[in-house]
Amino acid sequence: MDIKLKIWRQEGPKSEGSFVDYNLTGVSKDMSFLEMLDFLNKKLIENGDDPVVFEHDCREGICGSCALFINGRPHGPDDLVTTCELRMTKFNDGDTIVIEPWRAKSFPVIKDLVADRHAFDKIMEAGGFISVNTGSAPEANSIPVPREKADEAFDAAVCIGCGACVAACKNSSAMLFVAAKVSHLALLPQGRAESGKRARAMLAKMDELGFGSCTNTGACEAECPKGISLAHIARLNREFLKEGFRS
Amino acid sequence: MSKLEAKIPGGPLADKWSNHKNSVRLVNPANKAKLDIIMVGTGLAGASAAATLAELGYNVKAFCFQDSPRRAHSVAAQGGINAAKNYKNDGDSVFRLFNDIIKGGDYRSREANVYRAAEVSNQTIDQMVAAGVPFAREYSGYLDNRSFGGVQVSRTFYARGQTGQQCLLGAYSGMIRQMAKGKVTMYSRRDMLDLVVVDGRARGIITRNLVTGEIERHSAHAVVLASGGYGTIYYLSTLAVGSNATAAWTAHKKGAFFSNPSFVQIHPTSLPQLNDYQAKLTLMSESLRNDGRIWVPKAKGDKRHPSQIPEEERDYYLERRYPAFGNLVPRDVASRAAKERCDAGYGVGDTGLSVYLDFSRAIEKQGKKAIEAKYGNLFEMYEKITGTNPYNEPMRIYPAGHYTMGGLWVDYNLMTTIPGLFAIGESNFSDHGANRLGAGSLMQCSGDGYFILPVTIGDYLADEIRTPRIPTDLPEFEAAEKEAIDRLHSLLAINGKQTVTSFHKRLGRIMWDQCGMVRNEESLKKALGMIEELKEEFWKDVRIPGTAGELNQELEKAVKVADFFELGRLMCQDGLDRKESCGAHFREESQTPEGEAQRIDSEYSYVATWEYNGEGKDHKLHKEELKFENARIQQRSYK
Repeated sequence: MDIKLKIWRQEGPKSEGSFVDYNLTGVSKDMSFLEMLDFLNKKLIENGDDPVVFEHDCREGICGSCALFINGRPHGPDDLVTTCELRMTKFNDGDTIVIEPWRAKSFPVIKDLVADRHAFDKIMEAGGFISVNTGSAPEANSIPVPREKADEAFDAAVCIGCGACVAACKNSSAMLFVAAKVSHLALLPQGRAESGKRARAMLAKMDELGFGSCTNTGACEAECPKGISLAHIARLNREFLKEGFRS
Repeated sequence: MSKLEAKIPGGPLADKWSNHKNSVRLVNPANKAKLDIIMVGTGLAGASAAATLAELGYNVKAFCFQDSPRRAHSVAAQGGINAAKNYKNDGDSVFRLFNDIIKGGDYRSREANVYRAAEVSNQTIDQMVAAGVPFAREYSGYLDNRSFGGVQVSRTFYARGQTGQQCLLGAYSGMIRQMAKGKVTMYSRRDMLDLVVVDGRARGIITRNLVTGEIERHSAHAVVLASGGYGTIYYLSTLAVGSNATAAWTAHKKGAFFSNPSFVQIHPTSLPQLNDYQAKLTLMSESLRNDGRIWVPKAKGDKRHPSQIPEEERDYYLERRYPAFGNLVPRDVASRAAKERCDAGYGVGDTGLSVYLDFSRAIEKQGKKAIEAKYGNLFEMYEKITGTNPYNEPMRIYPAGHYTMGGLWVDYNLMTTIPGLFAIGESNFSDHGANRLGAGSLMQCSGDGYFILPVTIGDYLADEIRTPRIPTDLPEFEAAEKEAIDRLHSLLAINGKQTVTSFHKRLGRIMWDQCGMVRNEESLKKALGMIEELKEEFWKDVRIPGTAGELNQELEKAVKVADFFELGRLMCQDGLDRKESCGAHFREESQTPEGEAQRIDSEYSYVATWEYNGEGKDHKLHKEELKFENARIQQRSYK
C-alpha cells in the first residue's frame, strides 16, 4: 500500500523543528510500524538523505525505548501496545500518518523523534527502591505475601517507563509513572517501611522536574501500553497523605 | 600457556567458594572510597554489580548505550530464574543444579565456576525478593516454582512471562539508589569504542557520547565488561536490535582472549520470520513447552489447517524421539529437531519453516483460565503479531539465534587475560559450556553481579590502594582515542551506496546458513571466504550519512557491523577447530547413528581460547583443559 507520512524533523535540541512530508510506496501490511520506518530510512539513505532518527531497541514491547506520538495518540491507534508492537494492519492504503516525538516540557526533544526521558530516572533516584544492601536479605520464603497482593503489585510493576502517560496527559503529569512504582512497593511487605517517605520524595522530584499535576482525567490509563490502572494513583495519594499525618 | 591460569581454588568442590572467600584479600572502607571502577553495560549483571560495588564503598562509573539503564536487554528475558531452593521438595540441591548445568552444557564448562553459580543462586533469590521483585506466589503466599527445559525438578522462579524485566528493575533500583548517593555515576547514551591498557593493566575506556558525538576518556582502577552477548551477528535474532559485541571485541583486540566463540544457542521457540523487512525475531518463552506440545503433520507438505489434521496424523516428534523428556528437551536438541523436520519437508506455514506448538490438550485438561494465568501475556503478544489466537489454534514457531555461551575468557575471579579487566554475565564464557539451560542466564548474571564479582574484584584492587586516581592525559588514552576517531572517520569516508543494515542482513544470512544450528567443514570454510568478500565490499561501498559530531544511528550501527565481520570470522575458525559436536555446536561429521551430537572427549575436552594477533592475521589457539572430578560424565541423552 501507499501511505503519506508527516514526520517531525528537528536537527538538534536547540533547532527549530517542522513537519516534513514523505510519500512512501510499497508498504506491506505485514510490516510492523517501525519496520515501515526502517523501510523509509533505507530509501532515504539510498537517496542520499538523512534518515529519520527514532528510538527503539527490544522491538517486543518490553524495554520501553520506542516512543512515538502517532496520529495524536502515544503509541498510535491500537490499545495496549508499544510503538514497536503496532502493526501496519492498523492502517490503510492512502492513509496519512502524522508522527511526532513525545511533547512534554520535561522531555525535551534531542533530535527528530527522540525525546530525552532522563527525568524518569531522576524521579526513580528520589525513592523508587527498597533500601536493602546486597547480602542483608532474609530467606526469601520467610515473609509470605498474599497472592492477591503479589498479583496487584505485579500489575503495577509492569511499567516499562516509556512515558506514554506523560505524553497523553494534558498537564504532562508523571503521576501514573510515580504511582506504579509507589504502589508496587507499597503492596509488598518488603517495601512498606519506606512507603510514605518514598511517595513524598518521588512526588516532590516530579514537581521539581516540571511535570504537571494530576487532574484525574484518566488519559494516562487509557494510553498506557501496559494497562496500568488509575487505582494506583489513588494508592499513591493515600501513601502521600498518611506520611503527611505522620510528619 | 601460563596466561590461561584458571586460578581454581583447592579443596573439595563444595568448599572451593567458601575457602576462596576466606582467603581473598580485602580492601578497607577508607581505601575503597579512593578506588574507581568502570562498569560497561547495565543489564542484570552490570546493574547488580554496580549497586553492590557502590554499597561496598567503591566509586562506580556505569555506561550504557540506551537512554536509561532500565532498558538493557535483560529486560526481555521471559521464563524465569533458577535456584536450588528445593521448595518443592522434589530432590533438588546445589549439586543437582550444578550437575544439570554441566550436563546441559555438554561437559564443556568449568566445574568450579558452575558449582559456585549454583551455590549463590539461593542467595540471589533472597536478594531479589527483598528488593521487591514480585515473583509468582502460591495462594499460601509462598513462592511458586515451575519446571523448565532440560531438567526434571521444578526450580524456576518466575514473574509471569516477564521475569527478566522484574529482575532487571530490581537491580536497577539498587543502582539508582547508589546514583542518588553519588556512588554510581551514570553515563547513558554512550558506546564504548576502545579499552585503554596502561602498563599491561586495564585503566579506562574511550566512549562516544551518542547525542553530541563527543569522544570521551574515562579512567578507573579496574574495568568490568557486562556488555552482553553477540547473537545479533545473525541480524535476525531474539535480541534487542542494539545489542552488540563491540565492547567485548575491542577488549579482545587489546589482549583479552575470547573463548568458544562458535557456541551460540539457537532458541527453539521463536516466532517464524514473516517478511524480508523484519528487524528481529520475537521470542516465545521456553516455559510454553511445559504445557504446549510440538508437532508437524505426519505427511510431507500437508497444507491442511491444523484443526483439520486428526490426532493420528500428527507427529509429536519430540515426544517420539525423546520419551523421557518429551517437549522439555534442552534448547539445542529441540532446535535441531525442528530444523530436521522442516528440512525434510514436514514444516508448516507458507514457507514450510515452522512447526506447531499446540495448547489444546493443556486447555482441555487445565482449563483456559489456568493457561491464561501462566502464559496470558505471551498469548497476547503472539496474537498481536500474527493475528491468530493461540487459544484456538496452535502457535507456529521456529528456532532463532538467542544466546552466546562463548565470550571473553575469565579465570575463577572473573578476570580476563588483561589484568584489571573483568567480564561478567553473558559477556564471559564461564558457566554454560556448549549450551545454556533455560532460566540459567538470569541466574548467572545476578550471581556474578551481586555475589561473585564484588568479592573477587577486591582481591585485585587490594594491590591498587596506593595507585592514585588514573589521569586521562596519559599517552595510552591519547592513542586509544585517536584510534577510535580514525576508525569513525574511515567509516564515514567510504561514502558508498549500500546501507549498513543491508550488509548486516547479508552477514547474518551467511552466519545463519553456514555457522548456525548445524555446521560442517565445508560450510565453515565457505563462510570464511564469503565473510571476507562481504567485509571488503562493506569497506568500499557502505553509505553512512551525516557526521561523527551528532546523533548518528547509522554510524553507531556501522561500528558494530564492522566488528561483526571480524567476530564472524573467528566464530567460523573456532567451529572448524572443534571437529566434534557438543551442545549447540553440531558438526555434521560428528553424530551418533540416531543423529544426536557426538562428543569426542579424548580430543576436545577443552575451552578453545583465542588470542588476537593483529588485523587480518589468524588468531592463535590456547587450550584450557577441562577436568571433571565431580560431575557424572555421560553421553548426553534425553531419551
